[in-house]
Amino acid sequence: MSIELVGLALLMGAVTYPSRALPLLAPGIERLPPVALAYLRFVGPAVLAALAATNTVLATDEAGHTAVLVGIAWPAVALAVLLVAWRRNLLLGIVAAVVLVALARAVGLA
Amino acid sequence: MGRGTGDAPLDTSPDRPSTDLRAARKTLVLSGLGFVASAAGFSLVYGIAARDAGLSPIETFAMCTIVLGGASQFAAVGLLAQGVGWPGIVLLTAFLNARHLLYSAAISPWMAKQPRIRRAAMAHVLTDETFGLSVAHFRRIGRFDGPGYWIAAALVCLPWIVGSLVGLLGSGAIPNPAVLGLDIVFPAAMAGLAVGLVSGRRDVAAAVAGAAVAVPVGLAISPSVGVVVGGVVGPLAAFLVPARGLGEPVEGGVVVP
Repeated sequence: MSIELVGLALLMGAVTYPSRALPLLAPGIERLPPVALAYLRFVGPAVLAALAATNTVLATDEAGHTAVLVGIAWPAVALAVLLVAWRRNLLLGIVAAVVLVALARAVGLA
Repeated sequence: MGRGTGDAPLDTSPDRPSTDLRAARKTLVLSGLGFVASAAGFSLVYGIAARDAGLSPIETFAMCTIVLGGASQFAAVGLLAQGVGWPGIVLLTAFLNARHLLYSAAISPWMAKQPRIRRAAMAHVLTDETFGLSVAHFRRIGRFDGPGYWIAAALVCLPWIVGSLVGLLGSGAIPNPAVLGLDIVFPAAMAGLAVGLVSGRRDVAAAVAGAAVAVPVGLAISPSVGVVVGGVVGPLAAFLVPARGLGEPVEGGVVVP
């Protein structure tokens, strides 16, 4: 059984781990000024919304070209957002989005 | 989920009043179930792609446990199948996973009082989903919760590892997760988690600005760059929204003096 690519995995891990660990291991994080802590607090909503938006609106083909994709993902994610905001229940929002997409594809609308 | 101004500095003190921890962990697990289904479905596809690219079970297991990054793993097997060399794959991995810097920085105030070795271990499983689930959990209870963090990580990472191996060793008669609508789980969950972190106008401003910046930058350069730029610029928009006066209730009903 081949293990050659374990080396590649180690290299990929070696360039990934620092981005996960460096800020966490930086000394004095608890002594940051309030404005810096407030900034870090806002990173969460901003980066998660950015992830959601790019994964909903953009699509990249095999050649690496990115384009705006209009489709069932838009109303599905909007439905999830509304349900989570209304019921404060993430699972409910996800299930509703999945059902909407699956139904739309089943009937040929997406 | 706590409601409030969202304008107060992060309070990570362990003596802060909290809601029932057991109920919060139950909510955490329920929130993570969508990720379990999504990770399981797409890890099966990843396992098939890894097999087609010639990876052995040991190599696939190493990728899933050492790299632990879905997008970079998918990219790697695709590039391997095209004959791209290791340096190019490693460079792309560093680029794709750079967004974790933001997660690490954002979650670090919650973990500041944890021993360094524990933070080092926790960093390894800090994925998109682990970040979103655990920060929402910490905000819900008003403090850091080590077991809660590991629960969030396990809900995401274990299905990914197991599913990848099943896909690799399976018969190939595995349905496409997109047919079942599972491809919508990730964006829907990220959007839902962002909503869950919103507890005031400034959070809304950060989220809207993050998304608004990420899309055009992602279109012009690449989605990965868009996410990083949106995550960096979005919080700045929050400071354009006037802060409400002190003394208003923040999460958990605690009043900021």
